[in-house]
Amino acid sequence: MIAFLTKRLMHALLVMFVISVIAFAIQDHLGDPIQQMVGQSVPESERAALRHQLGLDAPFHVQYLRFAGNALQGDFGYSYFYREPALEVIARHLPATLELVFGATLLIVLLSVPIGVYSAIRPRSLLSRFFMGVSIVGISIPVFLTAIILIQIFSIGVTVTLFPESSAWGGWLNAALSTRGSMPSFGRGQDLVHVVGHWDTNLASLGGLKHLVLPSIALASIMLPLFIRLIRAEMMEVLQSEYVKFARAKGIAPRRIHFLHALKNTMLPVITVGGVQIGTMVAYTILTETVFQWPGLGLMFLDAIHRADIPLIVAYLMIVGVIFVITNTLVDLIYGLVNPTVKLTGKPA
Amino acid sequence: MSFKKTVLACMIGAAAASALLPASVSAETLRIGYSADPETLDLHEQLSGGMLRLSHLAFDPLVRWTKDFDFEPRLASDWEQVDETTLRMTLREGVTFHTGNAFTAEDVVWTIERLQQSPDYRAIFEPIAEAHAVDAHTLEITTHEPYPLLLNLATYIFPLDREFYTGTTDTGQDKAQIVKAGNSFASRHLSGTGPFVVTERRQGVRVEFERFADYWDEGSEGNVSRIVLTPIAENAARVAALLSGGVDFIDAVPPNDLDRVRQAQGVDLVEISGTRIIGFQLNEERVEAFRDPRVRQAVAYAINQEGIADRLMRGFATPAAQFSPSGYSGHNPELPPRYDLERAGQLMEEAGYADGFGIDMIAPNNRYVNDAQIAQAIANMLARINIDVNLRTMPLAQYWPEYDTRSSDAAMIGWHADTEDSANFFQYLTACIDAETGAGQYNYGGYCNTELDALVARADGETDMEARNAMLRDAEAMLHEDAGFVMLHWQNLAYGAREGVAIEPVVNATDFPYLGDLVIGRD
Repeated sequence: MIAFLTKRLMHALLVMFVISVIAFAIQDHLGDPIQQMVGQSVPESERAALRHQLGLDAPFHVQYLRFAGNALQGDFGYSYFYREPALEVIARHLPATLELVFGATLLIVLLSVPIGVYSAIRPRSLLSRFFMGVSIVGISIPVFLTAIILIQIFSIGVTVTLFPESSAWGGWLNAALSTRGSMPSFGRGQDLVHVVGHWDTNLASLGGLKHLVLPSIALASIMLPLFIRLIRAEMMEVLQSEYVKFARAKGIAPRRIHFLHALKNTMLPVITVGGVQIGTMVAYTILTETVFQWPGLGLMFLDAIHRADIPLIVAYLMIVGVIFVITNTLVDLIYGLVNPTVKLTGKPA
Repeated sequence: MSFKKTVLACMIGAAAASALLPASVSAETLRIGYSADPETLDLHEQLSGGMLRLSHLAFDPLVRWTKDFDFEPRLASDWEQVDETTLRMTLREGVTFHTGNAFTAEDVVWTIERLQQSPDYRAIFEPIAEAHAVDAHTLEITTHEPYPLLLNLATYIFPLDREFYTGTTDTGQDKAQIVKAGNSFASRHLSGTGPFVVTERRQGVRVEFERFADYWDEGSEGNVSRIVLTPIAENAARVAALLSGGVDFIDAVPPNDLDRVRQAQGVDLVEISGTRIIGFQLNEERVEAFRDPRVRQAVAYAINQEGIADRLMRGFATPAAQFSPSGYSGHNPELPPRYDLERAGQLMEEAGYADGFGIDMIAPNNRYVNDAQIAQAIANMLARINIDVNLRTMPLAQYWPEYDTRSSDAAMIGWHADTEDSANFFQYLTACIDAETGAGQYNYGGYCNTELDALVARADGETDMEARNAMLRDAEAMLHEDAGFVMLHWQNLAYGAREGVAIEPVVNATDFPYLGDLVIGRD
């Protein structure tokens, strides 16, 4: 176990090292931070002075060694835009992203399990076909489009005038299909409740929760269909296995078979995929956060790229690398616990 | 406290807060969704649109621009030219800073001296030799040479509270120090005379303002008591925020959404013609043909500015054939756009390039409105006179470093004159390049017309405004004839506001709304 964790720690360090070298190597192509810091009419002499002052005129290896030296002491540099240590900026943006991922995960777990199980048990029913159809659509629509559609329907509101207003049913249908739109379309809102340190939460007030709803749905919209299909496929396979047939033959109630015996084994691969996907969600909330102006890591990263805020870009990429290593490690650990036949250290059992 | 109790306490607190909320969301709260928020709180750290907007909220300038580009007295109530190089200004009395300190001429002197140390403003304030306080409310500014644009510069002088910024912080740092992209006292604290006080600020997330109770301008009808500014960079998200009622006022409505905002219920669209010229520069150092005025003219004749403004920009631009927009001192009304494909072809033939040639062209894709599409349209138009364009577009962050290398044959640029004056365009965009003086800093093509430069230089030393304006109009005509810059259009400005938010009277072509005077209707 300790050997395994040590190995993973080495992985994390290696990942951080490689990412930092790559990020540093491409920084000249990310843009000129000086350009973002001065007005357009500022003369070249002033720019050169500033470049020198920030040490950006030093050769690659000097800049990298300086960065690496500081990074080893936990100093990942200073964000040009936020005027704060890069790690501090990331720490401040992390809670927003984590809450968004939490909201999306909650939706995925609450919806994918029952829907997946149902459509595995009754694959031919109308409802199952409906779910499968919707999930294909959900997978194919890009997140930002889903987000914009959600905003149009639930924040701005749509007025339907498709049916003749004069007839009774037409007016009723129009009204039924129109939405008033009152959901907040951007940001985390003002009703944040302070928890601890950098963590202000959206989860503890009605206003805060309202802000969280649409972004969570948008973020969940890609993963949810994936999980429904995964659970359905796994469950159908398990239902074909010998022990389920045996249980049936024994006359155990179908409900008990489905939810106690079959579901357990279905969830094994789902946990693995799920763990990795949650890690991915933390890193790739960029699109959702941009459309909803959600002040989390994704929006911060995109802004940093626009502003050529290189210290922040490098720090973010390294942190994300670490998040991936950590989630993968956790998934492996959990898998080891759930399935005792897996040996983490790779030695023969 | 146990976890459960903490949660309970949070929920009660939240419920209480949300119960109180409707009271504070009265008609006078203005929720703004701007495309950018101020980079810092230190006015002299960076010259940018976001910063100047902040300046007009938390500070007041000595004078400010009206809609017609006249000067409106603010902290300077009166001024007179004492001699060729000296301007005497009378300052308003009874003005106090947010800290309660009284505003005097010493504060202005101090502010001008600080501007002269700012990397961003130093060059602009170069002409000023000295500022000194004659008495508490009289100020004299002297220039090295006769300089006609002192009042234009005065629109950038937002007096800072000298006492507030004097001294050292706990860590021994000078409070007045200007630190670029760093953590300084001035970048986190401010005290001005403006209508609003900054109450809370989270960079990149939100800035909140309260109305300053002791604001001097009691004649102002402005009734906004609180401002919440949220930066929303994404165009679609900003428009959605306005349409959904999440914000009351947005800037930079994108052309594609103009109709949507115009037609939406409960929302008004305000469009005004702007002052930023969009155009192309032809690189004479790399392409022999561009040194021939006939080829440059042919390019000018081949481009259909009206078509771009009408169709591509959907009317969101004013076609241009000169730098100076209407209202500027050097605007020459006799210079209309000259689209004439036949003439263009003739000129190419006369110059001996009937078969044309190929060029590389670069343009940004996220800086100006529809920039990449405009560049594509230009490429198609040039193809008709057999100039084959290989276009590359890139994001802003990469564009400027690429632009600085001058390694392409043509490049797109947009320019706004910091001084709101015609001469500025010539000095930066078409003056013969001189690394010593910094002239022609953005002259991508290396265009050089010494006669034109001499004329602009003479205009810049002329304090008789009538004579000066005539010279600048001649300069525009001269550049037009020589086709030294490919003019496209002036980009319009568009704002969207909730009905009842009377935004029209307080916006102007400089793009810095005077929100202190904003009136929100009580309905």
